[in-house]
Order: sequence, then structure tokens, then C-alpha cells
Amino acid sequence: MLGKLDWSAIPFDQPIPLIAGAVVLIAILAVLIWVVAKGHLPYLWHEWITSVDHKRIGVMYILLASVMLLRGGSDAIMMRIQQAVAYQSQGYLPPEHYNQIFSAHGTIMIFFVAMPFVIGLMNLVVPLQLGVRDVAFPTLNSVGFWLTATGALLVNLSLVIGEFARTGWLAFPPLSELSYSPGVGVDYYAWSLQISGVGTLVAGINLVTTVLKLRTKGMNYLRMPMFCWTTLASNLLIVAAFPILTATLAMLLLDRYLGFHFFTNEAGGNVMMFMNLIWAWGHPEVYILVLPAFGIFSEVVSTFSGKALFGYRSMVLATMAICVVSFMVWLHHFFTMGAGPDVNAIFGIASMIIAIPTGVKIYNWLFTMYGGRIRFETPMLWSVGFMVTFIVGGLTGVLLAVPPADFMLHNSMFLVAHFHNVIIGGVLFGAFAGFEYWFPKAFGFRLDERWGKAGFWFTFFGFFITFVPLYIAGMLGMTRRMQHYDVAAWRPWMIVAAVGMAVLTIGVICQIVQLVVSIRNREALRDRTGDPWDGRSLEWATSSPPPVFNFAFNPDVRGEDAYWDIKASAKQQSVDADRPEYQDIEMPRNSPTGFVCAFFATLMGFALIWHIWWMVILGGLGAWATFVVFAWRDHDEYVIPAEEVAAIDRVNVEERRGLVSMAGTV
Amino acid sequence: MTMTATAGHAHADPHHIGVVIEHPGPAPKRIVTAYGFWIFLLSDIVMFSCFFAAYAVLVGQTADGPKGSEIFEQGNVAIETVCLLLSSFTCGMASIAADVRNRFWFYLGMAVTCVLGLIFLVLEFREFADLIVRGYGPSRSAFLTAFFSLVGCHGLHVSAGVLWLLTMTAQVFAKGFRADILRRMMCFALFWHALDIIWVAVFSVVYLLGSGT
Repeated sequence: MLGKLDWSAIPFDQPIPLIAGAVVLIAILAVLIWVVAKGHLPYLWHEWITSVDHKRIGVMYILLASVMLLRGGSDAIMMRIQQAVAYQSQGYLPPEHYNQIFSAHGTIMIFFVAMPFVIGLMNLVVPLQLGVRDVAFPTLNSVGFWLTATGALLVNLSLVIGEFARTGWLAFPPLSELSYSPGVGVDYYAWSLQISGVGTLVAGINLVTTVLKLRTKGMNYLRMPMFCWTTLASNLLIVAAFPILTATLAMLLLDRYLGFHFFTNEAGGNVMMFMNLIWAWGHPEVYILVLPAFGIFSEVVSTFSGKALFGYRSMVLATMAICVVSFMVWLHHFFTMGAGPDVNAIFGIASMIIAIPTGVKIYNWLFTMYGGRIRFETPMLWSVGFMVTFIVGGLTGVLLAVPPADFMLHNSMFLVAHFHNVIIGGVLFGAFAGFEYWFPKAFGFRLDERWGKAGFWFTFFGFFITFVPLYIAGMLGMTRRMQHYDVAAWRPWMIVAAVGMAVLTIGVICQIVQLVVSIRNREALRDRTGDPWDGRSLEWATSSPPPVFNFAFNPDVRGEDAYWDIKASAKQQSVDADRPEYQDIEMPRNSPTGFVCAFFATLMGFALIWHIWWMVILGGLGAWATFVVFAWRDHDEYVIPAEEVAAIDRVNVEERRGLVSMAGTV
Repeated sequence: MTMTATAGHAHADPHHIGVVIEHPGPAPKRIVTAYGFWIFLLSDIVMFSCFFAAYAVLVGQTADGPKGSEIFEQGNVAIETVCLLLSSFTCGMASIAADVRNRFWFYLGMAVTCVLGLIFLVLEFREFADLIVRGYGPSRSAFLTAFFSLVGCHGLHVSAGVLWLLTMTAQVFAKGFRADILRRMMCFALFWHALDIIWVAVFSVVYLLGSGT
């Protein structure tokens, strides 16, 4: 009846996951009770859960990423403590538990923190920057988000029901095959990623189509803000790379469920094929994450320097170059696995070539700052911090791209330090910069400066105190993923790294406090103009938060930095130009399709993991029926009457007029 | 005019060659939908390419089991191919009928497409069942693993296509040729033709190359 599922799946003998699971469960229940008791449930259902508004979905993506960041961060804290104490001892985490923690940490941080964070920011901002009312496929957008949430839910379920993979975040065979990992851990891993992978693909298709087909009048390609370009590049990579992940995990699952021989040791299976396939997805994935971050830095640096982005066209070219070359370097992840010197040399050189367009970008940001009137507000601090940190990470990356050096450093703590250096210093700093920068746009008030800056400095120094020791330990020969060790020389560095982790944690706490303080002081921090930073692109041309239709009139773009030009010409003509006649606006209706579909996907995923076949069929039928019901509905749009549009828009125009006349007097 | 006011225009055409084509604005829904679906099809083709690559890597790994030339029945494959190619034609007929709002020809075209798709699926199922009965299932060797996965992946797509076809025909029956249903019909036609193209590749790479010595 319930397949492999019985009471032995609950780890009653392990206090850590049980207590953690209980705390999370109590927290979720408390929030649910509060929501129901306060009568917020209808609001939550109508305004958020069923919303197809790209801004709302973007915010929900970022919320998911933030919560998962706390989960992945807890894993990181546990690992740092374990390695600080596990010198000539077993520490406090048994090996099978430690292995699950590092696997879950990597999986969660990449798929359920970094991905939803950047996809959330792209969702929130790109339609606004392009001057349009929504993404190309609003309901699919909601489906994509909820499927991502399903994946996150399944990974976290594994904490208390069964186990998670012990194979590392990429589940290399033959270790991940049934003969060596007979438990449900790898199945949790693979099905979570399959389901959330569908969500990511949907988001990718949606954003590519949005950028290529839905731009406002006059928004030529070479007038798009840089963030739109990097969004395009990143989502092209999603569309081209994620199907490879889907196919690879499908092969692994076929091996595990039906006795196929893709990657087994018997009957001619080929383990190296998994390496090639997974990294043919895995390397572009790195750029899927970091390219949007590059776009965020471009927006932030240009805004807070009060200058147009230096070398806009070279930036576009560099972005697209990275997009293409990122597909030609995957083999550098396994130089040591016997490809031979010729192949290694070619991929080593290709890897180094990526440093060229990346270097172009760094110089462009530096020259944008040069001669600018720089305001060091929180988003700008994250950007400058990124430039310093990312250069260190990039340089160690170029070092690792040299095959002979890689033979020494492969799988060492040096490698661990390198990729944290680029992912934290690049993606996470970018996500935080974007969070601070666009928060006023999403919610209509700014975030507290002092706590934000404190958060930055603690994170910045905490990062270096944590990861420089890992570089050194790697140089001293320490390999990654060690549950305990006997080398005295590594011990001090592990202790320093644990201290650094504590500093990083203070940084995270500062950011949480920042959010709480800002929400409490929101009236004082209120932004009424919609343009709190003196911005340059179209998202600042509408109110904060923007009305559901974003723009009362589709903006007419005449050049780069579209909003900057509007402001400049408004100053000249002393008043905002007369608005043309307001018209009715049609917007897509909200739909529970995404949520219901994700509910059935959760059922189906859980049933697949535990071999509960009737529930698999039920989930599949349910998902299909959900889509049929959606396809059957007769009204998919509603009309906002012209008077209502006018009323909403006039308020914002008045506020803005005040802003322009004030700017004129300075 | 002052510097600031002209800045935007200068950026748009930095070399003053006077050929800046103004973007006309968001594309109509029909274009957006079809475009998005094309992007999906491309991603689907990337997924197939992984299974093709796996097949190419594993084709020689027969583990003392049968080779392709020992198990492929060309007669069967020929009928399958004819069915699928013909179904593309009838699917095209149904598309034209939908465009001119002709219900009779639309239902006829979709019905024939459905029947041809089902014949294809039955033939493929029989081929698979026969192999498994003879002990040449996907667990027998890495070659058979790759063969069953690649051909089966295409078969699953055809099955999904048949389900889509039936659902959508029912929708036309209930709701008529509404704009959103016509857009879905266009996507379905793209999907069905793409499956045909993939079958041509499967036919060539698996059955044609495999039947030789």
C-alpha cells in the first residue's frame, strides 16, 4: 500500500534531524495558525498564491531562496563546527549524517537558493525594465515557481522521512547507483531536481520569450538595460543546458528503478558518460547563476556612479561571449580522469579564455566608477565588495584551469574555497545587491542603511576569514568532504574557518534585523516617487510598488538609459509632458493552476521516491486534469477601466512632478 | 536642443549611419505563443540529443548480447515510419481546416492523425514486448539500455502527443475555434512535426546504421 514507506523511515534514533524537523514544523504551524487566525488566508490565496503577476511571483521566488539560504547555511555551520572539532576524533556528526549534510548543502544552495534568487530578481525586474505589463506566459510563470517550491519541499522532507543522498551534490555513479546507494536518498535528490528542473525550464522559456518578443516601443536590443541582456544570456543557457540535466538524471533513475545500464559497472555501462553529461549542464549552470549577477552589478554601479555604463556594447559582447564559451569548458571539472594531455590542454585554454570577457566586464565597471559621483549606499557596497572578492576567485579559477596545477588541487579544499569564492562573492553578493537595490521598487520603502551596511561588512570579512583558511588547508593537502582527519597542520585553519563562519552568521543576522527594522520604520523609509536612487532604467519610471499593470502607457524609448532621458527632457520642459487619453487595460486573471499542479507534483514525487505506484498514477492524472481545467476556462483576462488607471497613475505623476521641480532647484 | 536632450539619440546611432530601425513594440499573442513553444521544442531536442549521444557511446557495448543488426526488423520500422510521416501530413490538413474553421475536415484530420499515431505506438510496443520476451530487455546490455531509452523516449512523446490531440479535439468540440484554442492547435502541430523530425533521426541513426554489418 505504501511502497517502501514505514515507521523505520523516521530517524527516531538521531536527535539532530528530529529536533530540526520539529522546530521547522512548529514554525510552519505557527505561521499557518497566525495566518488563519488573523484572517489573512483569503488575502494570501487571492493576492499571492494564485497570483500570475510577475512582481508577486518574483517576490515569492526570493522569499523561497531566503528561507532555503537559512537551511543551507545551517548545514554549512554544522560542517564548519564538525571539521573544527573532528581532529583525531569522530566529532559530533556520524559519517552517514555528515555525508548527507554536505550533499544537501550543495544541492540546496545551488538549486533552491541561488537559482530562485536570480530567477526571482529577473522576474521582478525584467518586464519593468522592458516597459511591458507582464512576462510572456504569466500562468506558466506561476507553475514554474510552484514546481521549484515542490523540489525544495521534497529535499526538506528527506530530513525527517527517510534520508538524503550521501553522494555529494552531483550524485556521481557508480556510488549513486542502486548497488552502492540502496536507500531513498538519491531518489529524493533526483526527483526533487527533476521536478524543480521543469520549473526552471519553464522560467527560462518564459524569460527568453519575454526579452525577445515583448519589448516596449523603441526598446531596440542595443537600448536594453544590461540586466536584460544578462537575463537573456542566462535564460538561453537554461533552455540549452537544463534539458541535459533532465536527461542525465532520467538515465540515473532508469538505472536505479528499472535496472538499466547507463552508468553501472556491469553490462557495458559507462561512468565517464555521466561525468561528461552532468558537467555539460553543470558548467553552463555556473554562468546561468553569475550572468544575472553581472547584470545587477552593471545596473547598480551605473546608478550609484551617476553615469551611463562604460563600454555598453563591449559589455553586451562579453556577456554573449561568456554565454557561448561556457559550453566549451566542461571537461575542466575532471582533468584528472584520464582524458589525456591534448584534450586537457584544449579545455584548459578554453577555460582561461573565459577570463577575458570577464575581465572586460570588471574594467567596464571600474571605468564606470571612474570620474563618477559615487554614492556608497548598501547596493554599491555589495558591488564593490564583489569586484574585490570575485577577482580573487577568478584568479584561483584560472590557476585551477592549468591542468598540471589541477592535478595537485583537484578535489581539495582549495577547490572548495575557489567555487565558494566565485559563488558567494559573485552570485550571492549580486543577489544581495539586487535585493537592496530593488526592494524599494517591490515594496515602496527602502531598507535600513545602517543594518544593511553592517550586514555587508560582517559578510565580507566573514567570507575571507572562512575561506582563506580553506585555500591554505587545500595547499596543505586537505581533501574535501572529510568527516574527520589526523593531520595536525590542518587543525588551526579549520578553527579559523569556524570563527569566520560565526562572523558570516552575524552578517546574516544583521540582514534579518535590517528587514525587521525596515518593516517597522516603513513610514519613515517610504519612497513616494518610485525613483529612490535616481535610477536610469524604466523600472524607476513607475510607482513603488508598481500598479498591477506596471505602466499606464507603454513607454516610448528613444535611447539607452531610457528613464534618465525622460527625466532629462522633463527637466528641460519644466513639467512632465501631457499624458494622452487613458485607456482600459486587459490583464491576465489569477489562476490556482500553478499551486494545484505543484500539489500533485509533490504527491507524485513523494510516491515515486517511496515506490507508491497508485499515488504516482493519482498525481499524474491530477496534474493532467489541472491543465485541462485551466485550458477549459472561458475568461482568461479581466479589464481595468480607464478611470481606475487614470486615478492610480495621476497620484504617481503628481509625486514625480514634485521630484522633478526639486531636482530643478538644486 | 541641448546636450542632455540629444544624448539618447546619439546612443541609438553612434556612427550616424541613419539605419536605426525602431522596435515596434510587443509582438501579438499568436507570435509570442508560437515563439515560446519553438524555444521549448529546441530544449526538447537538446534532451533528445543527450539520448542520441548516450546511444552513440553505448552502441558497441553489447555485453555478449545481440547487436542491432540481429534484432531490428526493417519491415516493422518501415511501417512505423510511413505511419508517422503520413500523420504529419494529416496533422497539416487538420491545421489548415482549423484555420478556415472547417469542423468536418478538422475532426477527420485529427482522427486520422490519432489513428496513425496509435498504430505507430502499437507497433513500437510490440517490438519492445517481443524483445523483452526473448530476453533482450534494457537490462541485458548497455546497448539495449540506450536503444530502449532513445526509442522509448520518442514513443513517450508520441503518447503525450496523442493525449494532447484527444484533449484538444474535445475542446474544439465543446468550445469551437476560439483564439486561444487555435494557438494551442498551432503548438500541437509544431510538436507533432518536431516528433517526426526526431523520428527521422532515430530511423537513420538507430535502424539504418544499426542494420548494416
